[in-house]
Amino acid sequence: MLQVKLFAQARQLAGRTQIELPWSDGQNVSRLKTELGQRCPPLVPLIPSLLVAINNVYAANEAEIRCDDEVACFPPVSGG
Amino acid sequence: MILLTSAPIDYHALTESVRSPASGAVVLFLGTVRELTAGRRTVALDYEGYPQMAEAELAKLESQARSRWPIDRVAIVHRLGRLELGEISVAIAVSCPHRKQAFEAGQFLIDELKVSVPIWKQENWDDGTTEWVHPGNDGTPATESTASNDSTDSTKTTE
Repeated sequence: MLQVKLFAQARQLAGRTQIELPWSDGQNVSRLKTELGQRCPPLVPLIPSLLVAINNVYAANEAEIRCDDEVACFPPVSGG
Repeated sequence: MILLTSAPIDYHALTESVRSPASGAVVLFLGTVRELTAGRRTVALDYEGYPQMAEAELAKLESQARSRWPIDRVAIVHRLGRLELGEISVAIAVSCPHRKQAFEAGQFLIDELKVSVPIWKQENWDDGTTEWVHPGNDGTPATESTASNDSTDSTKTTE
């Protein structure tokens, strides 16, 4: 299983700060986005612009994710 | 120094912390909560962050800035939680030998912070509604700041 932290509007729409997904090591960020949309339909509108971080570093769609990685998904940022 | 905090930012102490005989210029940037945005009135902003990654990204920005300008000291503090009008959401203080470098480094740091650091603000409008600020998700360009503060205000400099 993979734990995915959610922030901001992603957290709000999903109704929780974290979501757990069945996962196999080596699947990539693109797969994660697909899984998120399928398992949490309220997140679907956010998926096109969703940012993904693996172990506190932004990850591209091709990046691979292991079950023990710290993964976070969130919409575009607006600090400052 | 890089810090996320829920407490009000002591920008005087922050500015003092970057002064040194190695620098001829100190630039302080304050981001503050502005009332009016595109005809709508803000009551308060709620800031949320992903703290560990935010600190990591801020450290990267400092490193990038140091590779581009001869920076002596830099201090960045971002506040999280509920902020009322006029309150300070972010403070960046930077010292360099000369003013051009200090201005440029300061601008770089806030400009990049706004596009890369995992912190998000939520508007509380005076009509009672709330709205997340996620550049690009409502059709606004990701490069323009349309929320209730702005990265071009409130610089204080001494030389």
